[in-house]
Amino acid sequence: MTAPEIHADAAYLLDAAGPAAPPRDNGELVFAAPWESQAFGVALALHDAGCIDWEDFRRSLIREIGEWEAAHPSGEGWNYYECWLRSLERLVSGTGLVAVGDLRARLDLLAARPAGHDHRHDHRHDDE
Amino acid sequence: MTSTPDHLDPALRVQALASLLTERGLIDEATVENFIKTYEQSVGPMNGAKVVARAWTDPGYRARLLADGTAAIAELGFKGPQGEHMVVLENTPTVHHVVVCTLCSCYPWPVLGLPPSWYKDPAYRSRVVREPRQVLREFGLDLDDSVEIRVHDSSSEVRYMVLPERPAGTGHYSEAELADLVTRDAMVGVAKVPVP
Repeated sequence: MTAPEIHADAAYLLDAAGPAAPPRDNGELVFAAPWESQAFGVALALHDAGCIDWEDFRRSLIREIGEWEAAHPSGEGWNYYECWLRSLERLVSGTGLVAVGDLRARLDLLAARPAGHDHRHDHRHDDE
Repeated sequence: MTSTPDHLDPALRVQALASLLTERGLIDEATVENFIKTYEQSVGPMNGAKVVARAWTDPGYRARLLADGTAAIAELGFKGPQGEHMVVLENTPTVHHVVVCTLCSCYPWPVLGLPPSWYKDPAYRSRVVREPRQVLREFGLDLDDSVEIRVHDSSSEVRYMVLPERPAGTGHYSEAELADLVTRDAMVGVAKVPVP
């Protein structure tokens, strides 16, 4: 269905049919990780709320993709939603919706928290 | 600092961004989740497949679709972001259309959902313009040299969808049966609809 030469995606390694199978689109994952879907949803919600102009976002995305491609001529390490997230961060701080210092402070706070802080129990997921 | 720290875990960065935007009342979790769910589950190539099947079975609809893609697609109830300016390209035995977005990832969401990873890949975006015949061959589509390949670059103004050729031997198929045959790749132009 797709050309292996230009299709570097580990989605096919995941459970394809069981009850835990994520939603698929013609045999392919729509999002490869939860943060990708979050980044997608946040951008659409911001646009829906009238906070960002979609054409501004698109221009920002084009710039990020262009910069990434210029810095990585081999294409190694490509992740589309990394570019998406960076353009969203730049647009949000550039338009003043969130000051870049606030974003940095929140990141420092989240990064400083111990792993697993969100879980009600400890880390023994295999017992659950 | 002048830019956001992109060496950090993207999951943390999304969380930081989303939490700040939520606290400022600019977005809410339910709306974010709703958009994700919509594009994971409800909007996808099955929409475009219905458009194609209708065009194959209703000559009047086909004419309207080729004349004004946006309006004809909206007749079937498909509209929304990234589908405001739809142009439908009809494949024939002598002309084969294929769609790309060279600069980013413009794609007709209402009819095809979100683009597959290869559509966003730098290799596809640059190579299909330079060597479309070879790229199509890698997708398993070996077109005769006599077939003209036209590559269409999506933009902020236009989103393209390909109307593939109806496969032979489907004269007795119902519209719903035809829709089941139509694939996403055929509507992007990197495949033909397989003969059943």
